[in-house]
Order: sequence, then C-alpha cells, then structure tokens
Amino acid sequence: MITVLIIIAVLVVLAGAGVAVAKRRSSPVLGAGATAPQRIEQVSPTPAVPETTAETAPAEVPMEEGDSVAPVVTPAVEVSDGIPPSVAGASAKSRGIFAGLRAARRLKAIEPSTWDELESSLLRGDVGVTTTTRLLETLRAEVAAGTVTDGSGLLERLRTLLIETLSQVERPEHGELSLEAEAGRVPVWLLVGVNGVGKTTTIGKLAYRAGGEGKKVLLAAGDTFRAAAGEQLATWGARSEVDVVLGAAGADPSAVIFDAVQRAGARGFDVVIADTAGRLHNKVNLVEELKKIRRVADREPGQVTEVLLVIDATTGQNALQQARQFTEAVAVTGIVLSKFDGSARGGVVVAIEAELKIPVRFLGVGEHASDLIAFEPTAFVDALLADDPVA
Amino acid sequence: MFDALSDRLERIGGRLRSRGRITPADLAEALSEIRTALLEADVELSVARAFCDNVAARCSVEVLSKSLTPGQQVVKAVHEELIAVLGGETLKISYASRPPTVILLAGLQGAGKTTTAAKLAQWFKAQGRNPLLVAADLQRPAAIEQLRILAEQAGVAFSSSGTDPVDVARHGVEEGFRLGRDVVILDTAGRLSIDQALMAEVAAISAATAPHYTFLVIDAMTGQDAVHTAKAFDETLALDGVVLTKLDGDARGGAALSVKYVLGKPIAFASTGEKLGDLDLFHPDRMADRILGMGDVLSLIEQAERTIDTEQAAQSAARMLEGTFTFDDFLDQMNQVKKMGSIGGLMKLMPGMSKQMREAASQIDDGEIARIEGMVHSMTKAERQNPDLIDRSRQARIARGSGRSVADVAQLIKQFKQMSKMMKGLGAGKMPSIPGLGGGLSGARQMAQLAKSDPAQLQQLLGQAGGGGLPSAPWAPKAPGVGGGAGSKNKKKKGGRVTPPKGR
Repeated sequence: MITVLIIIAVLVVLAGAGVAVAKRRSSPVLGAGATAPQRIEQVSPTPAVPETTAETAPAEVPMEEGDSVAPVVTPAVEVSDGIPPSVAGASAKSRGIFAGLRAARRLKAIEPSTWDELESSLLRGDVGVTTTTRLLETLRAEVAAGTVTDGSGLLERLRTLLIETLSQVERPEHGELSLEAEAGRVPVWLLVGVNGVGKTTTIGKLAYRAGGEGKKVLLAAGDTFRAAAGEQLATWGARSEVDVVLGAAGADPSAVIFDAVQRAGARGFDVVIADTAGRLHNKVNLVEELKKIRRVADREPGQVTEVLLVIDATTGQNALQQARQFTEAVAVTGIVLSKFDGSARGGVVVAIEAELKIPVRFLGVGEHASDLIAFEPTAFVDALLADDPVA
Repeated sequence: MFDALSDRLERIGGRLRSRGRITPADLAEALSEIRTALLEADVELSVARAFCDNVAARCSVEVLSKSLTPGQQVVKAVHEELIAVLGGETLKISYASRPPTVILLAGLQGAGKTTTAAKLAQWFKAQGRNPLLVAADLQRPAAIEQLRILAEQAGVAFSSSGTDPVDVARHGVEEGFRLGRDVVILDTAGRLSIDQALMAEVAAISAATAPHYTFLVIDAMTGQDAVHTAKAFDETLALDGVVLTKLDGDARGGAALSVKYVLGKPIAFASTGEKLGDLDLFHPDRMADRILGMGDVLSLIEQAERTIDTEQAAQSAARMLEGTFTFDDFLDQMNQVKKMGSIGGLMKLMPGMSKQMREAASQIDDGEIARIEGMVHSMTKAERQNPDLIDRSRQARIARGSGRSVADVAQLIKQFKQMSKMMKGLGAGKMPSIPGLGGGLSGARQMAQLAKSDPAQLQQLLGQAGGGGLPSAPWAPKAPGVGGGAGSKNKKKKGGRVTPPKGR
C-alpha cells in the first residue's frame, strides 16, 4: 500500500518535473523562476456533509401539528390521469423481445438462425450475457432431448423459464411493504439508489399508495445534498396530502431522518418514508454515509422495515453491480424498477433476482402519483417479451 | 469508468501478445471474448458485432502472418477500432458571431440534464465566457429551484419566466441577448423518446431558439436502449453531440461507444463527479488508451501542471534520483499528490497499472494518507533527513507518537528505504529488479528520461510502455500479513470502514 503511494508520488513528481523542464526550454526568455504555473486548489471530491450525530443535532424544522410544508412549485402533474396503470399499458408503447421473433414463432423446426435471433433479442432486452447464455443452454438441452420441437414451443418455453426464474425469490403479494416493527417503534422505509433513478418520485408514489390505504405517512427529506431535492419532495407531499420533514441544505441526512422518526413516534404516524441523496455505489465515503443513515433510522423509536433500491429501467448491466453493492452496504429488501414506461425493458432485473435473490417489488410506469404497480412475474415477463402489442 | 472493460481487454490482449503465432481459431476465440466483454459493458449488440468484424478485417491471415508480433497486431487493431468508435477529435466549440451562442440540453428523465447545465455554465465561465442558465423544465417538481440554486453556486446568471417551456426558452435567449451574455444554456424537462407530445414540445423549443449546439445528455450506466433513445432524439432535434454523465461510477460506458458509433455524433463533454467543476471536454483518443489500460499520461500531466509546484517538484525529483531523498521530500510529494485529487483517479491515468494495483489504490482514502503523515510527523527532523537513524526504540517512540503499531512504522521505513534505493538506481541509469515492480517502474524510468525530451515524446514513450506488454504488477493483492492475503477484496475493520489491504 505504501509502495503504491510512493510510486504514485514519484511518478507524479517526475511528470511535474518534466513539465517544468519542458516549459523552461520552450520559454527561455522567462527564465526558470517564471515557470511555476499557478496553483488551483482541488476541492474535496465528497459532498461537505457535516458529521454530526443525530442525538446532538437534530435538524431544526418547524412543523406544526398536522401541518405539511407548503409546496414551492405548483404541481404540474395530476395525481392520476384517470387510467389505471398496468404493465401491459406501459409496455404497449414499445416493442418487446419477441417483436423481432414473430417469424420464429411460425417455424415448424428450429433453425440455427433462430438461436441467434433469440440470443440477440435477450441481449437487446438487457438480460445480460450470463443469464442469456444460461437460458439458451437450458433451451438447447430441451431441444436436443426432443421435448421442444417447434418455434412457438421454444418461445413458450423461454417465457416459462423466465417466469420460473422470477418466481424463485419470495415476494410479498400485491406489493405489500412491511410495517412489522416492534411494539412502540415506527416502521421506516428507506429509499436508496444512484443519482437520477427516481427515488424522490417513487417516494411520492409510495406515499400516495400508503395514504390511499388509510395509513398516516410522514416523509423525511433525507436528500440534503442535491439542490432543491427537499422542495421536490415537499411538492410530492402536497400532491399526496402527506406531511414532510425538511432539513436545511447540507444538513446531516441522518439527523433529518431521525428527527422525522421522532416526530412520527410522538404523533402516532404509521410509517416514515425516508429519501436519501443519490449516490454511486462505488463511492466508499458516500456508501459509509448511507450505512450511518440506516443505523440511525433503525434507532428507537424507529425501525427500518424496508430498504428499497430504485433502479432505472434504462440501466444496463451496471444495475447488477448497484444491487450487489447497495445490498452489501444496507441490506436491500426489495427493488423498485422505475421508468418502465420508456422504451427500455429492464431485463437486468432477471439477472438481479437470479443472482442476488432480491425481489423486485414495484414498477414505476409514469409521472402520476398512481403510476406505481406491484411487480408480478407473469405480467412482467409478458411485457419483457411483448410480441409487438401495437400491431 | 470503463474499468471492467479495460480489464477484460487487457487480459485478452496480454494472452495474445504472449503468443508467437496466432491461428484463425485463436483469433476467433479472442474476438468472441471481445464481443462478450463489449456486451457486458453495455455496448449495443449491433455495434459489438460491427466492432468485432472490423477488428477481424484489420487482422486478416496475411497481415498476421507478415507480422513478427501478431499478438501486438491484434491489440493494435482493437485500439485503432476503439479510437474509431469513440470518434477521433475532441470537440472544439465555435462561438456564434452574433452572440449569444445557444446550447440546448435534452435527454431522458434522471440523465442529469440540470446538473450538466450548471456544470457547463461553470465550464464556459472558466473559458472566460459569460453564460446564462435558463430553466425550461417545468415538469419535474422543483427543477427550476434546483437550477436556480446551482446557478448561484456557479456564480452565473439565471432566468426562468413564463408558464410554457417554449416561451421560457425563447424569453431566456432574448434575456441573454439583452444582458449581453455570450452563452445561453437551456435546460429542458426529461422526456421519453416515445412520448410524442413531449418530443414535439422539445422540437418546438429548438425551433423557437435555433440553438447552435444541441446536446443529448446520456447516463453512462444506460443499457441497450441508449441507441434507440439517441436515434429518436437525433431525428427530432438533429443532435450535435452527447454529454456523458455519471462517468465516475463503475459503469463500463458501452452506451457511449454505441451512440457515437450509430449516430456518428461525438461525445462532446463528460462529467465525472458531483462537484460543479467535474465536467470537461471529452478526449476520445485518451479514453481509448485508458480503456486498453495504457493510461492517460496527457491528462495526468495536465492535471499535474494545474496543481503542482513544478519548480519544487523538479528539485525534489533531482534529489530523488541522486539518492538524497528524505522523508521531508516524501511529505511534500504526498501533499502535492493530494492536491491533484483522489489517488484512485490518478492511478487510472497511469500507464502500465494492473487491475490489482488500481483496486488497491482506489481503496486508499485520505484517512490512510493522514495516518502515514502522522507517522512521518512523529519523527524528529534528524530522523526525517536520515532514516538510518531510526532504531527500535525510536520506532517505538514514533509508533506511540502517531498512535500506530511498531510494525506499521517499521514497514513504512522499510518501504521508504527500498524506494529511495530504487530511485537512486534509476537516476544512475540502472534498472534495479525489485520483484513486483514491473509496470510502475518502467513507467517511472520512461518518465525519468523526460528531462531529456519534451512531453509529446513522453506521451509516445509511455504509450509504448503501456502497450508494449508490461507485466501486470502481480504484487499488490498477494501481500501476506496484515491484509490477510485476501487481496483486492474489501476488508472490514472494527470501525466498519473499508480499508485497503496493507502489506508490502
């Protein structure tokens, strides 16, 4: 380790020296003394979040009884567009994996090109090389054994295999999220994920959903890093008629969440849904901060009952890495696949469930508060494979 | 970024280079591995196929049989193809003769448009321009507020007035003209490429403002859909280029390769961090070098130039090569290096670094550096000048003073002496063979020759050093002892903090 440091130091210094020499040569008139370039202070790569502990410094948020924070921006989106969201509806806008395989379906015998097409289709759906290879191997074995003989049988079998893969992980029904906290403790749902996946929007939808089930929900604006993240959550709170605890910009996120938990405990809320700042899973210090947030949220009177990782459906194979790292850090209990209404199919969650055994719990399918649907393997696989539903 | 891809390609290349003869079967196997590596890096399928076909075309049987180093030939073909795919030239912004130069940003939700807008504003400001940020995202709650705060942080002007995105954008450009701003950056709402109403809206914004540059903002973690999305945006907006965001993640960035390949539009900017200053022009050739594990010496030198006191560095380097290098010099260097940014980031720019070394380095945090500094600070002046003075009892004192164990102190001193001996040998033109110092050392040796050459030559030298089959330094993870030999895997200490394996 020290050697690595010294090597770096040496190489860098030599490079610096080289620059000095080269400069001196190129500008002999100036002389050696004039060659030093100006210094630029490098800012620390980590956000400046003060490391105060929750007990000593709860965020100062004035909140009257039952008073929600006023929205900063007028909501531009209605709570619902009146059309109940569905997986099929979300996927109807795009072409699924089977769209390119319609010819294959009519094949009496399976041709070599069919395998290529099948592979291409799965890879294009972001299912990933490993899972695709595994699926194709199983299918090849079955074709060789003679249990599958024609094109439509092959595609049907692929569908079944995918559904089976997604049925191995235990998943609460109807997207139910756990409220099972010890007596006297407030359940906390923690939302985590990389930047821009839609954590705040997902919280708005979860709040709307829980509120609709008659639960008293308190939102905690734990993203104190991104500018105006708190305002965004406040807007969602107003839209879903749910109270929000805000922290000052740059405040300790743990403190904001702990403050919300304490208020929830004192005022008899059923659940706290906590937002966190987006962070890349390979940033050690930010992941450490997240671990701390989880520890603090789990302190009495709070109890973390769900840690939901939000994954953007447009994400490719990196989603696997995200799931791995976040689970290792904060024990993720479920995945929310957001932006499923786009043209990406989010096939990587098949790999995530198969490899990491983390259940997908919800699909985000739009910008309305009601655009969140409970994940169900068959519907998802049909959307993933959708045979050009537009036609 | 791109690390995993570069590791894969490095491995494939390393194996090929070691062979004197390459049969068509060898080549086919290598190409199939390259295809898998590209796919796992989220390169779009058709692009991955075309890439492999082109590499194969460059490595025909005749070409390989004529070459004395056929393996090297294949690596070269991959490298050339990567540069071709990434797009040769760095974008050069040409400013409108009648200001303001209008820049329109579009993209999917969550790609990072708003943050990118602010970073671009800061970048233009650093170029001596006078930008205006316009928030035309009226969709996402608090998006305007976010850009207003970021504009304040960047110290640039901000505008957002109106209730219709097209009006807001048009008014923004007029405002820029009125205020004499020479660059106007338009942030728009995130939209799906298949949402026709919203695509029509962004087309209307474009028509109303006639932007000089239209950039698509793409998340580096995007999967196979990136090409589809980019095509749709290009058809609607006639893109001038792409801004790649979140490159500081561990995504392999294949989407970037694909978009460039399919659209033929350059990657104009890349953003590599959460700070407003973390955005710069994208240099395709340097990125290709980095993907192939050849380091990026030009960027390293630029970074060093910006931050390091070169005069002091030159003196320190001279002392190092004379063998009169002291702990004071070492401290000084550590401070210089710290100013340049994270050690892990620097390592990625270094040629000839193996995956293990990069991983070890990426685990070094400021705390670790502080602990080493603590030990050095606990030495007396005389000890720092002459490490030979330090005997057992002095070691114990230093350990007490810095709160470290005696073994830690002993290790530091041992390593230091070893290094300073090696450097002396380097200065004398000898090439000491210390096991495990493969790539790093020959890199250093090339650097040492720099004093007799200019930076362009240095770049060339190092390019060869990186590509020329340097042995991957096998030493970092094999360290027995404190790290437990588990190598690059993260280790948990009692504080729960992830620290690098120590040793060596």
